[in-house]
Amino acid sequence: MAHAHSVKRHTGLMDWLTTVDHKKIAILYLLAGGLFFGFGGVEALLIRLQLIKPMNDLVSAQTFNELITMHGTTMIFLGVMPVIFALMNAVIPLQIGARDVAFPFVNALGFWTFLFGGILLNLSWIMGGAPDAGWTAYTPLSTSTYSTTHGVDFYTVGLQIAGLGTLIGGINFLATIITMRAPGMSFMRMPMFTWTSFITSAMILFAFPAITVGLVLLSFDRILGANFFEVSNGGNPVLWQHIFWIFGHPEVYILILPAFGVISEVIPTFARKRLFGYSSMVFATILIAFLGFMVWAHHMFTTGLGPIANALFSIATMLIAVPTGIKIFNWLFTMWGGQIRFTSANLFAIGFVPTFVMGGVTGVMLASAPADYQFHDTYFVVAHFHYVIVGGLVFGLFAGLHYWWPKMFGRVLNETIGKWTFWFFAIGFHLTFFVQHFLGLMGMQRRIFTYLPNQDFDTLNLVSTVGAFLMAVGVLLFLFNCFMTAAKPKGVANDPWEDGRTLEWAIPSPPPEYNFKQIPLVRGLDAYWKEKMAGNKEMTPAEPLGSIHMPSPTILPFVMSVGIFIAGLGLMFSSEKFNNSFMSMIFNNWIVVIIGLVITFGSMLLRSLFDDHGWHIEPEELEEEGVKA
Amino acid sequence: MMKRWQAVKRLLPLLAVFSLLLAGCGREDLSVLRPQGPVAQEQLGLMKLAISIMIVVLVIVFAIAAYVLVKFRRRKGQNGVPEQVEGNFKLEIIWTVIPLVLVIILAVPTVQQIFAFGDDHYNDKDAVQVKVTSHQYWWEFEYPQYGVKTAQTLVIPTGKKIAFELKTADVLHSFWVPSLSGKMDTNPDGTINRFSFSADKEGVYRGKCAELCGPSHGFMEFKVKAVNGDSFNNWVTAMKAPAVLPEDPALAETFKKQCLSCHAVGDQGGPVGPNLTGIGSRESVAGILLNEGQDGGKPVKENLKEWLMDPQAVKPGNKMPNPKDLGLTDEQIDGIADYLANYKLNY
Repeated sequence: MAHAHSVKRHTGLMDWLTTVDHKKIAILYLLAGGLFFGFGGVEALLIRLQLIKPMNDLVSAQTFNELITMHGTTMIFLGVMPVIFALMNAVIPLQIGARDVAFPFVNALGFWTFLFGGILLNLSWIMGGAPDAGWTAYTPLSTSTYSTTHGVDFYTVGLQIAGLGTLIGGINFLATIITMRAPGMSFMRMPMFTWTSFITSAMILFAFPAITVGLVLLSFDRILGANFFEVSNGGNPVLWQHIFWIFGHPEVYILILPAFGVISEVIPTFARKRLFGYSSMVFATILIAFLGFMVWAHHMFTTGLGPIANALFSIATMLIAVPTGIKIFNWLFTMWGGQIRFTSANLFAIGFVPTFVMGGVTGVMLASAPADYQFHDTYFVVAHFHYVIVGGLVFGLFAGLHYWWPKMFGRVLNETIGKWTFWFFAIGFHLTFFVQHFLGLMGMQRRIFTYLPNQDFDTLNLVSTVGAFLMAVGVLLFLFNCFMTAAKPKGVANDPWEDGRTLEWAIPSPPPEYNFKQIPLVRGLDAYWKEKMAGNKEMTPAEPLGSIHMPSPTILPFVMSVGIFIAGLGLMFSSEKFNNSFMSMIFNNWIVVIIGLVITFGSMLLRSLFDDHGWHIEPEELEEEGVKA
Repeated sequence: MMKRWQAVKRLLPLLAVFSLLLAGCGREDLSVLRPQGPVAQEQLGLMKLAISIMIVVLVIVFAIAAYVLVKFRRRKGQNGVPEQVEGNFKLEIIWTVIPLVLVIILAVPTVQQIFAFGDDHYNDKDAVQVKVTSHQYWWEFEYPQYGVKTAQTLVIPTGKKIAFELKTADVLHSFWVPSLSGKMDTNPDGTINRFSFSADKEGVYRGKCAELCGPSHGFMEFKVKAVNGDSFNNWVTAMKAPAVLPEDPALAETFKKQCLSCHAVGDQGGPVGPNLTGIGSRESVAGILLNEGQDGGKPVKENLKEWLMDPQAVKPGNKMPNPKDLGLTDEQIDGIADYLANYKLNY
């Protein structure tokens, strides 16, 4: 066993298709997430161009509805979620002193199902029309009676497959964080990013089954003729709203909590101070997650649930302001008395605080149901959630990417371009969305493809569109920065920011395949900082140097996802009338679905029948590789 | 209890300033910030309270942030490690309790208004009942007490409570007249909603659909016309008068055959499409083509012709068949447009 060195080492494309290394999967998530983020961004720009002036006819009404639906769906599920997973994959095993995640195979499977779900959803553009019922897909508009293309089928099936990836990713991180922390790292010594990711994973575990059920019901209604949301047959459209938002509201906290974590890492590093009120931060995170499940009906104040429901959900929603406030002040007081450095990463983190507060206060305003009767479904709401998701989450992701880029790629992003990225993006952001608060209050409802002149909407919409293009310039600068940095040689220090506090900064950048030659011993919160302050150059190992057990690369996760993808397409077109009799035969007789499922379950069978014990890296090799890495 | 009211008092000057600032925003007949009835007025009041509290929060956070960012930048040659502060129990209690108090200040009037707004006035003696049915993409208004049905322009008497019962004939829509009240969704049978508002002053107010309902969601507008009680009664009488048909008998026959199969005028026609009684005196054609008298409006006949020549071009996805496909000639369309433009009600 010890010298069973039969592992196949792949190179090039095969290496990426078969990898189970969390660091490589992180890069895959980043690439795929970045790509979909680009799609969503182009859709956003088209939306803003259409709204640049009244009665514009750049795109048709139908195309506009497809654009808004795909913009929302893509950004939430395929843009920011994967980038969050990229950071979680890249950082969490390193932060807790682990060699990989708990289930490397499942980790790869999560990525590939997400990617194929996302591809399926976006194929709708070239296969007969994108979904057009909004990212919320409210019934009856999203039923086959009113949305007659396959668009919404792409939405239900694509999201179902992508959501599967997210769910198994979440479970994997739960298991990883619970079982794989280095000796000495108690829960209350975990870095804040690991904490928030942990809570986010727990929320994924409880929230995603709701959307899974909802999507199954809607698919059944659309594809198999069921009646869950069909009033004339005893169904109820309001049921969809409940199911969607029982998932949908926790989802926004699933998104924002990791950003809170990033900010809680970046600000202490660049203020050279430990996080103020660490335990209250942990407590606030848990409280936000808990309350996040208790407030879904604030999206439905105008649905007509009655005063008792509205009153309870109003108050529950307002309460979220309290733990969020705790976090804001803790960040401010982390900087108080510190020595703040304005790196690009820190600019985004500092910019996050006031921007997110602005999104937060409008959230409390929306929580007041009678006021929400006016705000609801207007541009005020559009402004609010973009302040939270872009001004909060995306700022946080940019902070995290600039911060961990050297750890992921061994190169520091150019600081000058990084700062330009920030200023373009931040100014563009406020120009785009600040004015939208007023558009909403002046009577502009959301999701309209154009508007009449003489309503005082024209100037503010123009300003908003200009802002959107400034944001686009910021994103392009970031892309340019990535490419330019990639052309430079690797070779940054373990701790390029010099004030790294957590374990990932104790090992090379990028880390070797096995991360830690010896698992470190953790002596307190901010483990690496603690050692540095004690005058040590590196972590004290918790184990002797020995052979390291590694998981084998495998193509199975990729193949399984291809199978699900094929089955999904087969299901969607199962009752389609094709001109081609062969196509009709294989689709209408469920042959395509069966082929897809055989591929997936066959791969599972293979995986179960043939044990894979992985392979070992021996101590002698470690010495050499340690140098190369 | 005392403290809460003191806090509110401190917020009052802020409130006054914002009222002035916000009042400049938007059209009088459309903007949430320029309420024209008691319901919208109260809702704006709550918003102002919320905005004032939130501005206080923002000012505090921004001030601390600005101070910290200026005062605690890392200076050249600053190499000592700053003191690593774990936390501060007192401070943390303060910033937990103060937000909690602010939330309570906002929560109390919120709950009061939720219950006030939730009251069902549909069966009040002096309320005017209106059954609103939303369709892709037009609004039907039925007055069960008067036996009258109309579309696109909701005529109401000033000063009276208008009690609505809202439902949809197809997908979800949301009934919203920003200057008179917040919105309420129109759901299918089984989840029908009721709410009420009133208008103080005579005037025409703009209404919109606020729930995505298909391609022409943005064009699903309507008008609320508030008139005095006498005018309202005259309007009801005029609506109940027998139908006036085109004078030219051939045209009348075509109109009956092709249009009245779906639409109704007076006592004739069907209930599928919008009621056309007195369409010539409405503020818009199809809710979106504004007539003379409105900002940027055109003559009624021109709008009617634009609509009848190609309904899909005006409102993509609407359910009306193209009159040309029904075999109507340009002259017949012109004749019908002329007839409808002159079909006015006096009230």
